[in-house]
Amino acid sequence: MQLTGSEILMECLLREGVDVMFGYPGGAILPTYDAMTKYPQIHHVLVRHEQGASHMADGYARATGRVGVAIATSGPGATNLVTGMATAMMDSSPIVCITGQVPRAAIGSDAFQETDVTGVSLPVTKHNFLVMDVDELAWTVREAFHIARSGRPGPVLIDIPKDVQIAITEFVYPEGEIVLPGYQPRTTANEDELDAAGRLINEAERPIILAGHGILMSGATDELLHLVERSGVPVALTLLGKGALPENHPLSLGMMGMHGTATSNHSIQEADLLIALGMRFDDRVTGNLATYSQHSRKIHVDIDPSEINKNVPVDVGIAGDLRTVITQLLPRIERQQRVDWLARIRDWQEDDDERDILHHDTGDRLLGAQVINDLWLHTGGDAITVTDVGQHQMLEAQYYPHQRPSTLITSGGLGTMGFGFPAAIGAKFGLPHEEVWAIVGDGGFQMTMCELATAVQEKTNVNIAILNNAFLGMVRQWQEFFYEERYHATPMFNPDFCLFADAYGVPNMRVTRREQVEESVAFARSVQGPVLIEYVIEKEDIVYPMVPAGADLHAMIRRPKPGERESA
Amino acid sequence: MSDETGMEQKVTLVTLVDNRPGVLNRIASLFRRRNFNIDSLTVGRTHRQHVSRMTIVVDARLANVNIIAANLRKLVNVIEVRVVSDEPHVSRDLALIKVRTDDPESRNMVTEICERYPGRIVDMGVKVAIVEVTAHEEQVEAMIEEFRPIGIVEMVRTGVVAMGRGIRIQDTQYEPPQMRAGTRDNGVQQNIL
Repeated sequence: MQLTGSEILMECLLREGVDVMFGYPGGAILPTYDAMTKYPQIHHVLVRHEQGASHMADGYARATGRVGVAIATSGPGATNLVTGMATAMMDSSPIVCITGQVPRAAIGSDAFQETDVTGVSLPVTKHNFLVMDVDELAWTVREAFHIARSGRPGPVLIDIPKDVQIAITEFVYPEGEIVLPGYQPRTTANEDELDAAGRLINEAERPIILAGHGILMSGATDELLHLVERSGVPVALTLLGKGALPENHPLSLGMMGMHGTATSNHSIQEADLLIALGMRFDDRVTGNLATYSQHSRKIHVDIDPSEINKNVPVDVGIAGDLRTVITQLLPRIERQQRVDWLARIRDWQEDDDERDILHHDTGDRLLGAQVINDLWLHTGGDAITVTDVGQHQMLEAQYYPHQRPSTLITSGGLGTMGFGFPAAIGAKFGLPHEEVWAIVGDGGFQMTMCELATAVQEKTNVNIAILNNAFLGMVRQWQEFFYEERYHATPMFNPDFCLFADAYGVPNMRVTRREQVEESVAFARSVQGPVLIEYVIEKEDIVYPMVPAGADLHAMIRRPKPGERESA
Repeated sequence: MSDETGMEQKVTLVTLVDNRPGVLNRIASLFRRRNFNIDSLTVGRTHRQHVSRMTIVVDARLANVNIIAANLRKLVNVIEVRVVSDEPHVSRDLALIKVRTDDPESRNMVTEICERYPGRIVDMGVKVAIVEVTAHEEQVEAMIEEFRPIGIVEMVRTGVVAMGRGIRIQDTQYEPPQMRAGTRDNGVQQNIL
């Protein structure tokens, strides 16, 4: 069958199971946009900025576990994808970005809308391709999807010159196994590794599991639950690991790290064994490495061998797939109760409870924590929540316990403001029957709020919750703690978000009192298509606890107990 | 390398890579963004059409060599990585050194030094000569030090290339998938070992 490069691309996308892609047309990708008209099975979502396309593809991928696809033209179209690729890279999210390139003969000539996008994207992709021969296109697309979704997933970019999109060749879909000699992720552990890990777990008196994104990506939540219940080991979660273990489980200690629960952080510091599963000892979870969990032996299981011994030296490092390795490990694990250790942990939990803002009298102020808690309550704790970055994100992590895997989508590693709203649109495309909430701050929302037009055009049923404190709240918090309250460049002039929604014909509501939150959820649920709720919250609130950057993990700034004086 | 003295902490990695445009860039970019310092990096073709070979020397005091190797292995175009300095191996560095030979004394000295090292004069002019030396890196350095007082006017070095000794062969059957698909001339050599 004689097909153009663009048609071959579409044929290959179909065979990869792609049903939607997010993009923006332009000169160098137009042949492919033209070919799309022959492939109505793949729905194209017209975004308003290519960054939105990359985050939507990412949100789709995280919600479904399938590869998300973004498409853009050369030059500015391609460079606008970079933040999305970097975000996906840091959080191991499988996306494929397709970009048009100037015709082969023009490459290197500073042609109109030419950018060396394989060069630009090199450090922020798992791999990338510049397709210089139409006969290599089909294999390239197969390899790109294989690389994006396997091993430690990540973004892959395919750059296709315009004349390669136009070129005609005989199309035979390359069947058969993909063999990349330089890319063979290890999945299973060997007996020695398993024996060593099993022995450490059985002998430990104060063990703790650190569960991360890897548990979710490998689909190992059932296996983790078995491991936890058999071994009796409590679990602290990373931000991206939320949902790895149901958070109402008695052995769940909540999130660890900078804004994690004090219980998790104290448990890590006093543990005699860390069992790190699919997490990478990011500086936001370890604090000062020199004093990090000094008295513990350490087991680290991760699909990526380069993560083992990178930040924290470990006693047993296993490069492998979490689901496979935990399954292998389970028969070696003895049933234990760990009464003393759990009693110690319960003391910390009681202290945490006492300091919890929800147990304090806060008067008439509407606090972010209350909004998130009530959203959790009134959505039955079962929504897909997609956050932006900042205080509202940490409050979500603290006050919206997730019971199911992959129900929180958030930019952890890169901390990309502007991620939340477009990622929520992408997530809704992946999970049309789930209730999807974009939980964003007033700062981050304004970075990508142009995508409201996309949501309206596509009638995407996504609920937008803006926690508006008229500040870049997290930066303001750092300024309060570490820069003597010099609030420079953090107070925000904001538009009237409800009028903004009106301009797009989007139903909206402003919430200023706590008792309205329940009503706002009911209202959001009654609307088909996007809906925007603005929660006007306390301007100068603080997310506690906080481990200052680089400080010892146990050296948290705590919220005072009722009756204690504020001492920041 | 110099395991005898234990003074230096240089580690030599040999990698087989896909012989495609941009692969050197991927490796250089990795070292830069991971903040690994390269002491030397050489790249050249092998007996296989689609495979290039790199010898990378790094200072292991500044980075964990296992982390460097693991990161190299993550690159899709990197087929194999071996730390050859952990095993018996041969390593060679080549230098071309242009030295002053504009008086009889310097000319005699250059000739005499070349007799004591695996070096030879490959170009002798009235004012300058070019000496070629192929040897272990330390020997090349010692020779350069002897030339210094005479007057080095220009110099180039290839950087270290290395190969493990014995029958542990570092090779690959690699051929790119496009070639297997038969869309292009299949010019891949068979492994004769």
